[in-house]
Amino acid sequence: MTYKFEPTIIGFTCNWCSYRAADLAGTARIKYPPNVRLVRLMCSGRLDPTFVFKALASGADGVIITGCHPGECHYLEQNYKALRRFQLMRRTLVGLGLEPGRVKLIWASAAEGARFASEINIFVEEIRALGPLHWGVPDDEEPSTVHSPLSEMEVPA
Amino acid sequence: MTQHGGTSPKLALSESKGEERIGVYVCHCGTNIAGVVDVQEVAEWAAAQLEHRGVVIGREYKFMCSSLGQELIEKDIKELELTRVVVAACSPHLHEHTFRTACKNAGLNPYLCELVSIREQVSWVHTDKAAATAKAKAVVSGGVERVIRHAPLEPLRVPIHPDTLVVGGGIAGIQSALEIADAGYHVYLVEREPSIGGHMAQFDKTFPTLDCSACILTPKMVQVGTHPNVTLLTWSEVEKVDGFVGNFTVTVRKKARKVIEDLCTGCGICQEKCPKKVIDDVYEAGLGYRKAVYTPFPQAVPKYPVMDVENCTYFEKGTCKACEKFCPTNAIDFKQQDEILTLQVGNIVLATGYDLFDARRVTNYGYGRLPNVFTSLEFERLSNAAGPTNGNIVLRDGKTTPKAVGIVHCVGSRDRNFNNYCSVICCMQGLKFAHLVHERTGAIVYNFYIDMRTAYKAYDEFYQRVLEEGTLFVRGKVAEITDVPRRPDEDGHLIVQVEDTLAGKQRRIPVDMVILSTGLQPRYDAKETAKRFGLSCSSDGWFIEKHPKLDPISTMTEGIYIAGCVQGPKDIPSSVAQGAAAAARVLGKIQQKEISIEPVRASVNQDQCSGCRICNNLCPYNAISFDEDRGVSLVNAALCQGCGTCVAACPAGAISGTAFSNDQILSQIEGLLLLNIDEPVTA
Ligand SMILES: Cc1cc2nc3c(=O)[nH]c(=O)nc-3n(C[C@H](O)[C@H](O)[C@H](O)COP(=O)(O)OP(=O)(O)OC[C@H]3O[C@@H](n4cnc5c(N)ncnc54)[C@H](O)[C@@H]3O)c2cc1C
Ligand code: SF4
Ligand code: SF4
Ligand code: FES
Repeated sequence: MTYKFEPTIIGFTCNWCSYRAADLAGTARIKYPPNVRLVRLMCSGRLDPTFVFKALASGADGVIITGCHPGECHYLEQNYKALRRFQLMRRTLVGLGLEPGRVKLIWASAAEGARFASEINIFVEEIRALGPLHWGVPDDEEPSTVHSPLSEMEVPA
Repeated sequence: MTQHGGTSPKLALSESKGEERIGVYVCHCGTNIAGVVDVQEVAEWAAAQLEHRGVVIGREYKFMCSSLGQELIEKDIKELELTRVVVAACSPHLHEHTFRTACKNAGLNPYLCELVSIREQVSWVHTDKAAATAKAKAVVSGGVERVIRHAPLEPLRVPIHPDTLVVGGGIAGIQSALEIADAGYHVYLVEREPSIGGHMAQFDKTFPTLDCSACILTPKMVQVGTHPNVTLLTWSEVEKVDGFVGNFTVTVRKKARKVIEDLCTGCGICQEKCPKKVIDDVYEAGLGYRKAVYTPFPQAVPKYPVMDVENCTYFEKGTCKACEKFCPTNAIDFKQQDEILTLQVGNIVLATGYDLFDARRVTNYGYGRLPNVFTSLEFERLSNAAGPTNGNIVLRDGKTTPKAVGIVHCVGSRDRNFNNYCSVICCMQGLKFAHLVHERTGAIVYNFYIDMRTAYKAYDEFYQRVLEEGTLFVRGKVAEITDVPRRPDEDGHLIVQVEDTLAGKQRRIPVDMVILSTGLQPRYDAKETAKRFGLSCSSDGWFIEKHPKLDPISTMTEGIYIAGCVQGPKDIPSSVAQGAAAAARVLGKIQQKEISIEPVRASVNQDQCSGCRICNNLCPYNAISFDEDRGVSLVNAALCQGCGTCVAACPAGAISGTAFSNDQILSQIEGLLLLNIDEPVTA
C-alpha cells in the first residue's frame, strides 16, 4: 500500500487578472492538478490575512495568493499593498511555527493561463513535499477524514 | 483519491438547519462539464449532504444557460420559495449576468444568486473524473456557504458623460469618431502624429477592389476634421486617465507645433522655404524626405504643419527662421509650449493600430543589408503616385526597373522564432503587390507562400485574377535571400533560395527585387498604453477583448472599447466594422444617460471605527476622508471602486465591502474545505 499525500490548497485570485488567467487556462484546456480551490476577490489588496489563517485553520495545507503583475493592478497599485501585507503575514505565520513555503504569492496577468497552471503545478508539489498541515484536524482524528471548520478556531476579524 | 459522494462524509458545519431555502443547479454544458464531472452525483450530493445548510433542491440540466434552464430556476424560485440560488456552471465572467437576470425575473434579488465555475476551473483543467467530481462538490459547497451570507443589493446608477474620447486616428478611430459625432455627440479624437489617417494614408491601392486608398480615405479625414462635433487633437498624446465608466478624466499633452493654428492657412510656404531636409521614417517609410517644418502629406488633416525641433536649424544652431520670415500670416511661433488639456469623457475608444514587423530581425532575408530587399510599407510608398518615386516601381538606385520580382509571404508571422500568429492581411497584400508590379513593370513576379490565405469577400477572386495575370506561385518557406551567386545567371541578382514543397525540390530563383510581405505587430508602446488605460494585452501584445467571440469590442474595463488592429491583425473592412461597432456601444451607453454598475463598494461602520486612520492613505481613489469632529473615517461611495484594500486593512473590522464581505469570503473558504481531498490510495 502506497500513500500519496494529496494536499488541499486554497487559492485567492483577483477578479481582473489572475481569475481571468484561471479562466484562460480552462478555455485553453491546460491541465493542472485538482488540489486547488479558488476564491475570487476583487483585488489582491482585498486579501485580509484572516482569510489565510482561516483557510489553514479549516483544513487547507497551503494557500496561494494571486494578483495582477506589479503596475498592472486594476486599482492602480493595490497589489503592492498586498505584497507588503503578504510579507508581514508570512512573518506572523512563521512565528506560529508554520513553514513559510505554505503561503505563496504569485502574479499572473489575464493572458497568462499557462503560467497560472504551471504555478499551481509547482505549488502543489511544494506543498506535497511539506506534507499535511493538520491545523484543521482535532487531535483525536485521523488526518484522512473530513476536516471540521472549527469555528472555535476562527481568528477574530 | 476517492470520491466522497457514495459514502456519507462526516459533515462538520454547524448542525442547525439553515434558515435559507437554497436551490443548487449543476450544468452539464453539453459534455463540457458532464464529460469529466459526474454532474448527477454533484447535484444529488448537494441536495442530500447540504440539506442541513438549507439546500432544498439539487438539479442538473444539459444547458443551464438556455432559456429552458433558466425557466427551471425561475419555476423553482416560485414554487419552492427559494431564497438563494447557486449555479455550478461556467465562469461568472460569462454567465453571471444571465443567472442573476433569471433570478430577478422570478422575483428574487439578483445578488442572492452565486455562479460558481466548474467548467473553466474544474472540467476543462482536470482529467481524473473522481477528483474533478470531488472538487466540483467542494466548489458548490463554497458557493452555498457564501450565498447564505449574501444580502439583497441594488446596482449603483452612475451618470454617463456624453462626450467620448477616441485615441488613434487611423481608419478605425476615424470611423468611430464619425459615427458618434454624426449621432450628435461630442468626440475628442487624439492622434499622436501631425495628421490623422494612420497606415491607410500610406497606401496606393487597397485590395481586393484596388480602389485608390487616398480617394476613399481623404473624404473621411476631411469629414472628421471639419465636423462640428469633433475636437481634433493631433500631435497629442494621452498622458493620464482617471476615473471610471461614465466619468473619465483624461489628461492630454498637446505638443507644441510651433505653428499658431488660428493664424495658419495651410499654404505650405514654410515647408517650401525650410532649408532642412530630413529622412521621413514614418510616412515615407524611410524612402523619402520631409522638411523640418512639415505636414506628412499634402492631404493631411489638419492642414497645419508641425515643427520638428530636433531637426530644425534654428533650434540646432540659433539662426534660420526662414519659415517665420516667409509665413504670410505670422503663424510661426518658436516659443510655443506644450499644452496640457483635461478632458471629461464618459467613454473611450482605443484605436491605436499596429506597427510593421521589423524585417531586420529575419537576418537571412537580408533586409537593411541587401539594398533591393524592400518591406511592404516601402513598396506601398514606391507604388504610390504621390510617393518618392511618383509611383515608379524601381530599385533602390531610384531608376532601374526590375525585370524579376520576388514577393515573400509571412515574414515574421506564423514563425516560432518571431510571431506565432497569422497577420491576416499579408497574403492579400502580397497578391496586391504582385498585381501592381505586373501592371506597372511587366516584370516576372514570383510569390513565395506557405499557405494561401484569402478568406473573406472577394478575396479569393482576387487571387484567381492574379493567377491569371501570370504571377508564378512557389509554395514553400524562403530559406534565404542572398546576393552571392553560384551560377553565372545569378550574377548581379538577388537569389531566393526556397524549397518548392509542391515539386519537392530546392530552387534558387534569381530576381532583381524582393518585397517582404511583412506582418503586423502590436505598437511598440502597446503595453504602456494598455497600462495607462487599465487594460491587458495578450502575450503577443494585442489588447484583450472582453470575449474573443461574443464581445470583441469591449474590454474588461467598463467604458473602454477597442477597434481596429489594436485588438489583432485585420484588414480595412474589419477595422471599419469594429470602429462602427465600438461607436454603437458608446452611443448605447450615452443614450441610457446613466448605467448600472456592480454595487461593490466599501462603507465604514462609524460605531466600530476607532479613528486610527490606517485606511486613509490606502485608497487609490482618495475615497476615504476623515471626519475630524466625530473622529471617524468615511468612504465616499461615488469615488470608491470596491477594491477592498481598506476592508482588509481596518484593524477594527469597521469597514465592510458589499458583495465581498469578510463573512461571505470566510464562509466560502469554510465551504470549500468541507471535503478534504487527502485520502490514502492503494496501489
Ligand atoms: C503594407 C500594408 C498594406 C495593406 N494593404 C491593405 C489593403 O490593401 N486593404 C486592406 O483592407 N488592408 C490593408 N492593410 C491593413 C490595414 O493597414 C489595416 O487594416 C488598417 O490600417 C488598420 O487601421 P487602424 O486604424 O486599426 O490602425 P492604424 O492605421 O495603425 O492607425 C492607428 C493610428 O493611431 C495612432 N496612434 C498610435 N498610438 C497612439 C497613441 N498612443 N496615441 C495617439 N495616437 C496613436 C497612429 O499614429 C495611427 O494614426 C495593409 C497593411 C499593410 C502593412
Ligand atoms: S482603518 Fe478602520 S478604524 Fe481606522 S480609520 Fe479607517 S475605518 Fe476607522
Ligand atoms: S474599497 Fe476602500 S480602498 Fe478600495 S476603492 Fe473603495 S474606499 Fe478605496
Ligand atoms: S486588481 Fe488584480 S491585483 Fe489589484
